[in-house]
Amino acid sequence: MTILEFLLLHSPALIVATPLLSAFLLPLVSRIHPKVRDIFALVMLGVTSCFVGLLASDVLSNGPRIYVFGAQDLNVPVVRILFEIDAMGIFMAIITMMLAGIAVIYSWSFLHQQDGLDKYYTLLLLVVTSALGMELTGDLFNFFVFLEISCIASCALIAFWVTEGESLEAALKYIVVSSIAALFVLFAIGVFYGQYDALNIASLASLLQFTFLDKIAFVILLVSLGLKAGLAPMHMWLPDSYGRAPPSVVLIIMTATLASFYGILRVVFTLYGNVLTTSLRFSLPAHVIVGWVLVLLAIVSILIGVIMALVQTDLLRLIGYAAVAEIGYMMLAVGTSIAALGAPYATVALQGGLLHIFNDALDIGLLFLIAGAIYYATKKRSLDEIGGLARSMKFTTIFFIVGMLAVSGMPPLNGFVSKFLIYESVFQLNPLLSIIALLGSILLLAVFVKVLYAAFFGPELPSLTGVKEAPRSMVLAMGFLAACAIVIGLFPNLLIDTLVQPAAGALLDHARYISMVMGGL
Amino acid sequence: MFGLESGSGVWNPLLWVLVLGVIFLLFYGLRGLGKSTFKRGTEQTKVFLSGNQETTPEEMHVKATNLYWGFTTSMKSVYAVLRKMHSGNMSDYVLWFILVLAALFLLFGVM
Repeated sequence: MTILEFLLLHSPALIVATPLLSAFLLPLVSRIHPKVRDIFALVMLGVTSCFVGLLASDVLSNGPRIYVFGAQDLNVPVVRILFEIDAMGIFMAIITMMLAGIAVIYSWSFLHQQDGLDKYYTLLLLVVTSALGMELTGDLFNFFVFLEISCIASCALIAFWVTEGESLEAALKYIVVSSIAALFVLFAIGVFYGQYDALNIASLASLLQFTFLDKIAFVILLVSLGLKAGLAPMHMWLPDSYGRAPPSVVLIIMTATLASFYGILRVVFTLYGNVLTTSLRFSLPAHVIVGWVLVLLAIVSILIGVIMALVQTDLLRLIGYAAVAEIGYMMLAVGTSIAALGAPYATVALQGGLLHIFNDALDIGLLFLIAGAIYYATKKRSLDEIGGLARSMKFTTIFFIVGMLAVSGMPPLNGFVSKFLIYESVFQLNPLLSIIALLGSILLLAVFVKVLYAAFFGPELPSLTGVKEAPRSMVLAMGFLAACAIVIGLFPNLLIDTLVQPAAGALLDHARYISMVMGGL
Repeated sequence: MFGLESGSGVWNPLLWVLVLGVIFLLFYGLRGLGKSTFKRGTEQTKVFLSGNQETTPEEMHVKATNLYWGFTTSMKSVYAVLRKMHSGNMSDYVLWFILVLAALFLLFGVM
């Protein structure tokens, strides 16, 4: 066995182990020199990204992979954990690694004068570990453990600016709300274990009957993970947390939020995939009811997100509400895909939704970094206190225009591509939904035109005469995300053909996932 | 590589970029037809406010709070409900979670 084959064989374990061990090594490395610590964090994320890339090439060409922690022989009565990695899991892991790498590069300048950076990078790596764990595991209890790690580490990161009372308040709200959601997830897992004596997702999926208890567990998982994903009307923690955490931290919390969204996809498509066609009362198939419930929650998220964003004056909170609307768009696509299960446009809707996860990470991530650059340069959060920044922050202004157009779904940027797929497929489910989605995009553009005018245009304010462009590493991080938004907008098939289609296929073909895992065991 | 098909529609970003490029060239050409006597730092570039004095930059800049006042005023009743909903009180956050949970329990219980 060559070294590469050995690394490929153990890559599922190495993907989680590398950031986890690095997190605990970081306080020691930090003692050598702050620059060594900064480079160490990025290098370790780079190494993890290489393992993700290695595993991605294997999964995309050879199908789902199973990795067993513990005894390989199932007759041996010991505790074991299974990682089950398919194209969907690897798609999410790539997004996580991209956001984490950008966050570290941005942090080099953004936080360079702050204390406690050894703890900051440790917590950052722990959140990355937990998000990767949630995305790769095939075990529900293991999913809960990683969810808990992400809650605790994210809470500590939100409170990083510990001297600001509002940061502590946001962190407290986050941990209370997240812990309640996580406990409910644990309760649902208990329901499964009590009924089927199993915790493995594939094994549970083959046993589920959609009994009364299964319905209870389904609702609990859907609502709890929906809360963690920031779905309205349970989204209130999101603008609080995103608005008070350092912008580089927001990128990291986004990985945890998107991992929770991934949890919903895994529950609906894989865990309950076999029973979605079950007929309920009035001969309605379960997938129609589940799909319309998700569509309703999505529409509420889009409308509340954009309407609330329109009146915000705190830039970070404003982007936080825009993030709620973006989650609504993802859920609208997923809901449509489930409601119309089997129809050709259901696949298009799911592809649009998955592509929008990637685009949301790029566009909302970019806007948060820009808000951070403005805060770094002016030390102001309120849009009422800034203006005329286009004169002194030329790069940031250009990146903002790219981010604004991308997040509003304006062609030819990446946001348009995913929204195009969503509008087209949602229209076939119900034209009214498409109209609401379009209206949401128009309002989102109005929200960011307001920011463009208030922050970047207008006369140069005397209080901001000494303002300079953001440091190089921050410009580099913003530039990378802006470039990705343009490239994906111009060459959408590069991403759709290589990652999005296989991911959508993996979710829709749950029978293959179950049979491969069960056959592999 | 450029074209994207949704099953019911087609999108080609290259075509869009070409159209944008042509529009840009058209307007750039129109701009070139203008007078070339423009000089920076002269009376030509000073703001003319119908004889009124130019105010300070702070007074001239329309603040974010004042933008879209027409929209927010017409949607006053909606914002009153939404502001009440976003109380900032943690108990309310949990209450919304319980309400959604209860509504879905009821729906799936009945179905």
